[in-house]
Amino acid sequence: MNLTLALQLAAISTLSLQSDRPVVVASKPFGESYLLAEMFAQVLESRGIAVERRPGLGATEILFGALRTNAIDVYPEYTGTGLVAILHDTASRQNVYRHVAQRFLELYGVRWLAPLGFENTYAIAVRRDVAARDSLATLSDLARASPQLVGGFTADFIGRADGLAGLTRVYGMHFRAVRPLSPALKYQALASGGVDVIDGYSTDGLLARYNLVTLTDNKGFFPPYDAAAVVSPRLARDRPDAIAALALLSGRIDVMEMRALNKRIEVDREDVATVARDALRTILGASPSPAERANPIAIQAREVPWARIGALTARHLLLVAIALMAAIVVAVPLGLFLERARRAAEPTVGALGVLQTIPSIALLAFMIPLFGVGVVPALVALWLYALYPIARATYSGVRDADPDAVESAEALGATPAQRLLWVRLPLAAPVIMSGVRTAAVITVGAATLAAFIGAGGLGEPIVEGLALADTQLILSGAIPAALLALVVDGVLALIERRLRPAHLRTRRVSVLGS
Amino acid sequence: MRHRFGATIALAGVSVDVPAGAAVALVGESGSGKTTLLRCFNRMVDPDSGDLFVGEANVRTQDPTALRRRLGYVQQHGGLLPHWTVAENVGLVLRTLGTRDDTAVAEALSLVGLSIDTFAQRYPHELSGGQRQRVALARAVAARPGAILLDEPFGALDAITRAEMQDAFDRLRTQLGVTTLFVTHDLAEAARLAEAIVVMRAGRVEQRGTIAELRGAPATAYVRALVARALAQLESLGRSAT
Repeated sequence: MNLTLALQLAAISTLSLQSDRPVVVASKPFGESYLLAEMFAQVLESRGIAVERRPGLGATEILFGALRTNAIDVYPEYTGTGLVAILHDTASRQNVYRHVAQRFLELYGVRWLAPLGFENTYAIAVRRDVAARDSLATLSDLARASPQLVGGFTADFIGRADGLAGLTRVYGMHFRAVRPLSPALKYQALASGGVDVIDGYSTDGLLARYNLVTLTDNKGFFPPYDAAAVVSPRLARDRPDAIAALALLSGRIDVMEMRALNKRIEVDREDVATVARDALRTILGASPSPAERANPIAIQAREVPWARIGALTARHLLLVAIALMAAIVVAVPLGLFLERARRAAEPTVGALGVLQTIPSIALLAFMIPLFGVGVVPALVALWLYALYPIARATYSGVRDADPDAVESAEALGATPAQRLLWVRLPLAAPVIMSGVRTAAVITVGAATLAAFIGAGGLGEPIVEGLALADTQLILSGAIPAALLALVVDGVLALIERRLRPAHLRTRRVSVLGS
Repeated sequence: MRHRFGATIALAGVSVDVPAGAAVALVGESGSGKTTLLRCFNRMVDPDSGDLFVGEANVRTQDPTALRRRLGYVQQHGGLLPHWTVAENVGLVLRTLGTRDDTAVAEALSLVGLSIDTFAQRYPHELSGGQRQRVALARAVAARPGAILLDEPFGALDAITRAEMQDAFDRLRTQLGVTTLFVTHDLAEAARLAEAIVVMRAGRVEQRGTIAELRGAPATAYVRALVARALAQLESLGRSAT
């Protein structure tokens, strides 16, 4: 590991601040959003525009936050979501698109391109046997039966006014229990009987696969959810060429087409890039883009992609190494300083400890307004996580170093610096190293979440796998990440042996050669 | 000289002088202030009021680090650096001065009766308790200090090792002629090793004198009881031997 590498990585991310940067295309973490984003990317590339992909970057709040601050440039959004989840507003059904487009421009400078041509509304779905048993056809029927049923909804749906809260209010639903489920797992949970009702999307390929019944919104509660590309203020202002390319897709995808495309991804498990390419060929009438993608770490074939896992592992390791090095550089001197300033020690270390309690995904979300998306915010978040174990271990290690030895060194005329370098630090070295090992293992784990803000690494297949309900894809990231944690811990254990003070080392020469 | 820790008066109007080349023992029970007084000499404790002189120089005006390098120090548990070899430990004071002197280290070790060939490369955990205290003693004298301060140097040793150490210490002091101030709770040890004994109690000096003076003309009831207890111990030892 060297510094230039770190600087290069930093450079990759600061690139996003320049005006000639590639167009950053992002999506929410579910299949249709992936596919639409990939179509955006390919149509831009077909016009010779450089593109950076951030598939599955996050839920509505994260994506929109990134878009309005120009951290990303375009992602697929739905008018109803924009109306209710972002504007917290209402509008008559016919006026939703116009209203949303106008308000977004006024409030945020964010532009809605013309809708793509299909609507993807919430589809409240139940198993066929439950529908038959309780004779459910509409949401009003569901409300009647709801006290006997368990709902399994995505966090997005539970938390939104146009989701569960509104449904409860308008239809008077009272489920026996409500379980939050990840989008990837809800169909399996429903099929296996773990829950009775889920929030699906009307264009989901999986609705057909699991033989589900969607209930009619007989009171017209859900606003229309017309899909459209939303673009950042920067792109709308500076890149008319990109806007023109994206507009080629407006009005070109109908609901039947979208459902068929989703099925190819979610049910037939075809590669997203291939499906997108086929769709664009149909829409635009010719092969729109170079066959090969510019991005070397990208969704390729759906069988185990060994080369990709190798590249992702290297990337993962690089993220961990940089964050860990930076944490050591800060936390070790901090721990040493705190030993000299004991009064400040516990409050300082305690404050770092509080950082540990912030869930990784939340910490990463906090980073977006500050650092945008990509490598830099991920590194900052990982760095913050690594500080606590190292600072804590350094502080208590030097504080608790053999008090007789420290005192006699002082009484014999060793200066504070000499006592630190000759006595406290060497005696604390094993404790400090154990802190570094803890930090390293935490960082390897947390780095899988870095993929949520587009920093790459082994979290990428996990995020994609979750979005596409593909267990194999999830495992292709999760297993190497677990192995990596073990390997990193083992390597650091060897380094720890070498740093162990002489009196704690065994006389015998070990096989590992400490 | 006066000193207090928080609300506790550790030293109250104490005055002690140690003639050059002599050995003086501070004797007293726990809490009598003897260790606090000892630590005033190398500024590990700074008294609230009063002055100390080492030679002609007032301790208060001196840089503590430089002062400490000129005063040897031995603590009850040795305080050897566990990750340093015997030779490195003995060379500690020289190293703080930025020098390295293998001859001085070898001499210091031989003064305490340890062979350099056998012990130089060992670590403290490979030594017996007595050997560790010898190394601590060698470390205190390696840089040839003007005076040495010892805080219960043999207090943690068993009786036999303790007697051997007292002999070794006596020899070393005779050879070096170094001014010595040491703390002990054992009047017999003080009588054996020191020319003058200072009996302390509750931060005050009860009496100062040779063991003969303390025995012949005890200044207080406390001193009389202390001497009587030590003599009774010796007598009971003598009786059980015959």
